[in-house]
Amino acid sequence: MKSTPDQKVSLDELRGQPLIMAFYPADWSPVCTDQLSLYAMVMPEFKKYGANLVAISVDNVWSHIAFAKDRKLNFPLLSDFEPKGKVSQKFGAYDYKIGESMRALFVLDEKGVVRWSYLSPYGVNPGADGILSALEQLKGPTPENTNRELESASASTG
Amino acid sequence: MLARPPVRSKSKSGKTLLEPASRKSRRTYQPPRLVVSVTPGRDHIAGPVNAPLTLVEYGDFQCPYCGDAYPEVKQVQTVLDSKLRFVYRHFPMTNVHEYAMLAAEISEAAAAQGRFWEMHDFLFEHQDTIGDPGQAFAFADSLGLDIQRMQLEVAQHVYQDRIREDFLGGVRSGVNGTPTFYVNGVRHDGEPVAESLIEALTSTH
Repeated sequence: MKSTPDQKVSLDELRGQPLIMAFYPADWSPVCTDQLSLYAMVMPEFKKYGANLVAISVDNVWSHIAFAKDRKLNFPLLSDFEPKGKVSQKFGAYDYKIGESMRALFVLDEKGVVRWSYLSPYGVNPGADGILSALEQLKGPTPENTNRELESASASTG
Repeated sequence: MLARPPVRSKSKSGKTLLEPASRKSRRTYQPPRLVVSVTPGRDHIAGPVNAPLTLVEYGDFQCPYCGDAYPEVKQVQTVLDSKLRFVYRHFPMTNVHEYAMLAAEISEAAAAQGRFWEMHDFLFEHQDTIGDPGQAFAFADSLGLDIQRMQLEVAQHVYQDRIREDFLGGVRSGVNGTPTFYVNGVRHDGEPVAESLIEALTSTH
């Protein structure tokens, strides 16, 4: 998917870290604006879990650029524009009647496996609470984390 | 309205494949609940602390929609009177409202001298001059507050941690913009107008 007129992002490139995917109907519609502005402010919390965020709609890149600049969004807006809605459809997050993405959230683990998803009722802005809970669950104790903790513990005692 | 239940993928290849939502996990939409309970002594509470009905607002002093909701809340307070406690928590949308944090800090500096609600009302009634903190300090002066102390506290960002705490508690409770109201602990997804708030407050109790 295009992120700027001459740059493309594929989901494979975003592996290795948790990824939040926020599908939303359209740039500039008032509910989305609140949702994405909120995510821009909650970004430091997402980063605590090492997570990246991408927001996806069927708008073209030029609309995305203007929208992101206007709302000071600090994450990429991806354009599911050509073929229209292909990625949204793949995630079951496409409204064929309206021709827009639905307001759907996905949290993927570092391997790219969907670990949590949520489809918001029409007109309801989902907030960030579900995403944070999902990231918290993802984090859980892993062998890597434990090793790192042990290393830092021995470093501090030695 | 129905919300789609969580959909999980267990693909071994690590690809994101979606399975159709199973009927078992289908559930009725439940609005999020307030996860930070009302705490007298910390929260700004108007009305009797033990009132049977509770309205919590997460608000931003620069947000025009909060400005619109301000008289609505006043009306709710008038109608429900001593049956209601109203709690205001900060949710400054700092990336879109450049004075939201400053205004929240000024209100906390007034709160430190026992005059939170006077400043809360002043800020919502004078949103057009929110970019000029001199107005709010002049008002504080008229209340007889120590404005030198307030100015120092605001300049040193003494209350930013507390404001950020309100914000994060709001995020965890599902605040999705401003204003967001919680009616007896449940997010109010209806209109932020008096009629709708009163109806929700008195029917969920």
